[in-house]
Amino acid sequence: MGIRELQGYATFFMTIVFVVILYGYIVYLYRSEKKGEKDYEKLGNIALDDEITSTPINSSNSILDEKKGEK
Amino acid sequence: MQSNAALEYDYTIAKLYTYTAILFGFIGMLIGTLIASQLAFPELNYLFGEYGTFSRLRPLHTNVVIYGFTVSGIFATFYYLSQRVLKVSMAESKIAMTAGKIQFVLYVIAATGMVISELMGYTQSKEYAQMEWPLDLLIVVIWVLWGVIMFALIGIRREKALYISMWYFIATFLGVAMLYLFNNMAVPTYFTSGGLGSIMHSVSMYSGTNDALVQWWWGHNAVAFVFTVPIVGMIYYFLPKESGQSVYSYKLSLLSFWGLMFVYLWAGSHHLLYSTVPDWMQTMGSVFSVVLILPSWGSAINMLLTMKGEWNQLTDNPLIKFMVLASTFYMLSTLEGPIQAIKSVNAIAHFTDWIPGHVHDGVLGWVAFMIMSGLFHMAPRMFKREIYSKKLIEAQFWIQTTAVVLYFTSMWIAGITQGMMWRAVDEYGNLMYSFIDTVTVLHPYYAIRALSGVLFVTGFVMFAYNMIKTMTSAKELTEEPQFRTPMA
Ligand code: HEM
Repeated sequence: MGIRELQGYATFFMTIVFVVILYGYIVYLYRSEKKGEKDYEKLGNIALDDEITSTPINSSNSILDEKKGEK
Repeated sequence: MQSNAALEYDYTIAKLYTYTAILFGFIGMLIGTLIASQLAFPELNYLFGEYGTFSRLRPLHTNVVIYGFTVSGIFATFYYLSQRVLKVSMAESKIAMTAGKIQFVLYVIAATGMVISELMGYTQSKEYAQMEWPLDLLIVVIWVLWGVIMFALIGIRREKALYISMWYFIATFLGVAMLYLFNNMAVPTYFTSGGLGSIMHSVSMYSGTNDALVQWWWGHNAVAFVFTVPIVGMIYYFLPKESGQSVYSYKLSLLSFWGLMFVYLWAGSHHLLYSTVPDWMQTMGSVFSVVLILPSWGSAINMLLTMKGEWNQLTDNPLIKFMVLASTFYMLSTLEGPIQAIKSVNAIAHFTDWIPGHVHDGVLGWVAFMIMSGLFHMAPRMFKREIYSKKLIEAQFWIQTTAVVLYFTSMWIAGITQGMMWRAVDEYGNLMYSFIDTVTVLHPYYAIRALSGVLFVTGFVMFAYNMIKTMTSAKELTEEPQFRTPMA
């Protein structure tokens, strides 16, 4: 098999693989929302409600608050 | 300390970079206007001896607007918005704060060094990588410090999910780091010539076609990771925040992000069409460039849809005007670029004025518009004063929009005319025009571009004046505005 032919096959299969990955990701995004595991759209509010004192949109990474509490 | 009542975002570093963005923006665009005028009126080359020639000033223009203006704008907006979307103050992290201050000092040293050394003629002669190795090393330190700060803040964040803007800034950090290192591998000629060459002049470690490939892998990704990715990060924060509307589709923003990351890295070889680069690689560059329309428009359309039902804001808030027009210009240049990357179109477009035309509808209409509107949005929150003058912003908007339109329309006409004239042959296959014929024909368009430069700089001076007045003497605010930026 010449290099040309090899390139042809490689291009063909890579295209398929990437299309599958892309659509897989889209399906994953929608499905995890449908199942209620994730809510991506509410993350948009992170930009709107961005006071340092406001409650995090996604459950907090509490390390810092715990440290604060100890003092 | 039990309550967070005293806790506030700390904008020290964001303010510092705001000042440098204004300063370098002015210098860079002034030089841009000078070189545009030189192309129309060559006598202007002799104003300052060797230091005022086009060949010295052109790289200075690109470096000052990219590494001075745009990078300052990226840092200023990053130090502002990353705290807010992570809900953590820089004051809470000693490492971040100290690293930030050191980074700024080094940045000023590097930028000053860049301006002086390039004026003196020190250059690696690679586009967007002209700086010589001592400055390259300094830039590596500056970049590493940025990473330290970014991840220090991410490490102590209260908001667990990283907002989409943060993804874009992380990508900027990684993308530039990787490509900058590869492209700047160089050796001073002193060492390669057994002591004959200079310690201050280095040559690339790659040669010939390989060097060209690495150069444009970097070169195009300077466009990607300095002019596109961080600016998309900005608009994903500033447009929703200013309009009070959350992103139209967060899922689309994620999809566009990964699409952009994957595709952008491989488009660089469109700079080398019809060169000695292997043919398949040229084709790959073209194909990836065309595919790039999708993730680019994904973000831009997402931004326009974010304004759904709120289009009235376009008429009464000038910052929304700037941002909406910015995303529109982003769409224009991400459609134009792929068209130019198609081989048959590139045969006409390459080396012509259409290329700087394309560059500037992006950098003026998209990059500069976004940075200025971002800084306008930040100013009242950082300095606790309202914007000094709304009228001035409105006027600035129209002057600069006119400037951008004059720039790209004149260059479209000039570029396509030039491309056609260069390849025109008579019935015997002889070239019909000599080079000077094209120059004569193009003169009026060069004059129009120089005028557009004057207009754009005028607008930028209005921006700078408005910002300085806002910092120093505008009406004080008692409370931080939630969405819309208050202006007199
Ligand atoms: C007042 C506004 C500006 C004017 C009048 C101006 C003018 C020019 C001119 C005359 C050139 C050289 C074109 C040639 O060699 O034929 C140039 C190149 C360039 N400018 Fe500007 N410029 C302006 C603002 C900016 C800004 C704000 C940016 C980026 C943020 C920018 C980025 C660039 C880049 C990347 C190039 C190189 C283009 C290439 O190699 O094809 N310019 N500019």
